[in-house]
Amino acid sequence: MSADAKTQILERLHGALADHPQAPEVPRGYRHTSELSREEIVDMLEDRLVDYKANVFRETTQTVADRIATQLGASARYVIPEGLDTALLPEETAARRAIVDPNDGRKASALTVRDLNRVDAVVTSSTVSCAQTGTIFLSGRPDEGRRAITLVPDHHICIVPLDTVVELIPEAMSRVEPTAPTTMISGPSATSDIELERVEGVHGPRTLDVILLG
Amino acid sequence: MSVTSLGMPAVRPVHGQGNLHAQVAFPKAAKKELQNEQMRANIRHATHTIRHKRAGVVGEVPDWSELRDAGSAIKETVMAHLPELLEQFEQNVVAQGGVVHWARDADEANAIVTRLVQEQDTTDVIKVKSMATQEIGLDEHLAEHGITATETDLAELIVQLGRDKPSHILVPAIHKNREEIREIFSREMPGVTDELTSEPRVLAEAARQHLREKFLTSKVAISGANFGIADTGTLSVVESEGNGRMCLTLPETLITVMGIEKLLPTYQDLEVFFQLLPRSSTGERMNPYTSLWTGVTPGDGPKNFHVVLLDNGRSAVLSDPKGRSALHCIRCSACLNVCPVYEHAGGHSYGSTYPGPIGAILSPQLTGITSEKNASLPYASSLCGACYQVCPVKINIPDILVHLRDEDIRTQHGQRVDQSAPAPASQDPAVGGQDDWREEKSLTQDEGRGGQDTSPREGSLQQLGSRARRAGRRVREAVPSRGLPTQMDAMMKGASFVMSSGQRMAMAERGLPLGRVVAGRDHAIGWLPGVVGGWTDERNVPEPPRESFRNWWKKHEGETAERLERDGVSGAEDPVSADDAAARHSAATGGSPADGPGDDEPGAGPDAVAGAASESTGDPERDNIERGEGRQQNGGRA
Ligand code: SF4
Repeated sequence: MSADAKTQILERLHGALADHPQAPEVPRGYRHTSELSREEIVDMLEDRLVDYKANVFRETTQTVADRIATQLGASARYVIPEGLDTALLPEETAARRAIVDPNDGRKASALTVRDLNRVDAVVTSSTVSCAQTGTIFLSGRPDEGRRAITLVPDHHICIVPLDTVVELIPEAMSRVEPTAPTTMISGPSATSDIELERVEGVHGPRTLDVILLG
Repeated sequence: MSVTSLGMPAVRPVHGQGNLHAQVAFPKAAKKELQNEQMRANIRHATHTIRHKRAGVVGEVPDWSELRDAGSAIKETVMAHLPELLEQFEQNVVAQGGVVHWARDADEANAIVTRLVQEQDTTDVIKVKSMATQEIGLDEHLAEHGITATETDLAELIVQLGRDKPSHILVPAIHKNREEIREIFSREMPGVTDELTSEPRVLAEAARQHLREKFLTSKVAISGANFGIADTGTLSVVESEGNGRMCLTLPETLITVMGIEKLLPTYQDLEVFFQLLPRSSTGERMNPYTSLWTGVTPGDGPKNFHVVLLDNGRSAVLSDPKGRSALHCIRCSACLNVCPVYEHAGGHSYGSTYPGPIGAILSPQLTGITSEKNASLPYASSLCGACYQVCPVKINIPDILVHLRDEDIRTQHGQRVDQSAPAPASQDPAVGGQDDWREEKSLTQDEGRGGQDTSPREGSLQQLGSRARRAGRRVREAVPSRGLPTQMDAMMKGASFVMSSGQRMAMAERGLPLGRVVAGRDHAIGWLPGVVGGWTDERNVPEPPRESFRNWWKKHEGETAERLERDGVSGAEDPVSADDAAARHSAATGGSPADGPGDDEPGAGPDAVAGAASESTGDPERDNIERGEGRQQNGGRA
């Protein structure tokens, strides 16, 4: 009987490394800390997001609810994660209603994928955003929700608190819990598979509204 | 499962199987592809577009060369500690509720995945683009067992519905234009009406509708992985369209097939690769979506997670100290987009899942250089060095190519060379005049004699020959049969030119003229391995050449320089330093480096990137260039 696959693969690898190559010291001379001012960083984030065809709005805690109302339109059923601060949201109306997802797909009250496929939008917060690349990180925190709710609906309104904006990727990654289910979002979904012509919106949300809050 | 007997003496390398072998050898396949004008036009458009974008976004990163240094060293570390890192990775995946499987080869991996799918009682799975699963022929294997695997990446879908093969790592359907895609969709997608136009937006919408129901109902998804993190057990998939997120999030069961070389030691290392990959790949600052997950997260995403660790020849690649850095590859496709041979021959010519320069070094190593069909791949290069310059993890592809040619010569071809006495290749009128080649030849002779690179650097002819000289020197060190490698490399240098048009190919045809020219009058070789050997077998248009390479080069030299300049390409690093710029020119036609993402997948990416920024300045390679000893007559930006 031959050895099991793991044993044999490891044997092969040890055999392959019979020359005992030394691992080099990894030079980490790349940038780890931004030298830009807060305004410059936020401007950069806005610029990069717009470049990726996201819609960007700067709001305060006083104006954010109106902004969300405008983006949702008069008639909307939208999902929010259980931990989202409802003070940021517009008033409920007969036609505009928030549906709370319990952040746990195993619970009976959790929205099914079919439910999610029928709602008009989703509103969440975010963990950290990287200006250099125009990237928003979601890591499943209570005000961000589980991954499916920001994936299936066609319209994602994402709140980015200004104090979560950093310039560089290393700065952003250090604020994310490594084992959390994480999605890095840089603009709406897109493809260039047909003659390299970019088309926004394939399977992910086709509209991404980013609210810079602060 | 603990490993009891480590460090066994001489474990013989075991090579890979699956879609790694060319169906036909490169020269023959390239001939067929060359007939496909549409393919060539599309590939040219794609490679040029992406490399321009890459140059723009790479240029705006001031610490690009530090990031490359870090990326290269991290990957070297991975290779040095691969067994320990794999075990650490396994422990962490298991600790987070995942299941780890080990597969020695394609058959074993296919069997594992098939069993896992069957356990879920389903005959339908969705897939997100994965070169590893393409390598092992998973879709075909599943089909044999009554399981339908639906590719969800738009390009892969086009390829799958068209019963075709991918031609490019990043944009697998680049050989199809919109009209062809429209035809495929109307033929193959149920429910598509005559109203389907060839507008990319309309076609993308058709794909969205076609796949949505599948995403919502599939119980099992299969993915590849761009990175696996040893110290946390985290996996990552980089993509554009959102089909990756769908596959990774919605089904109950997720099965990820990952080559064992995809590991990174620490979560922190991702901060390097998330900068290197997207810019090198799609030429974007960041791809639209990157997913990270660790085992199973209760209440969020799949309930069952399996990862299959695939060897399939990788341990054999690791066993060659000179070739193992091919495993550093993060499948960005940057090297494809700058390769003049790729541009002219097309992705299908390489046969293997891995095309282009990286394929030319990876495929033969995975299968073993003695694999007859793949043995010609290391010759499918002009050694222009552009691939090395753009490689985000600094894989010295030209060096490995030369090394593999050496291996090839040592094994079978070498014997043949030794046995069949060189047929003197005297002057061949068909080549358009011996004088055209004399200068170049004298350079190689010069090199052959002394092996010292002491000749003055000025003079374009010398520059032209320098790349080949350097490569030749390396080969010579390894192979005693003097003269041959140098000649061969000079020949290779002309290969891309030869491939660039049917007309010029006719030249290679006519009684080995190119080979003779290169072999020169010192009669060093009469039999030519690889490209020319194969080409001459394949040619059948006995038409005399209209112009020689030298003449052709004279006419086009300026153009190429301009192109390099425009692309923001210039000198490279050590291996291609200094005077090689001119040699790069000799790659004729395409050559400028610039470039594209990933394996398993940065799905074909959007072109966002307004890259504005530094068009011709701020080239990341700049530092390297300035470091390289001297001159840079092209692209030398301040
Ligand atoms: S440039 Fe080529 S060899 Fe280097 S990482 Fe990208 S695909 Fe791999």
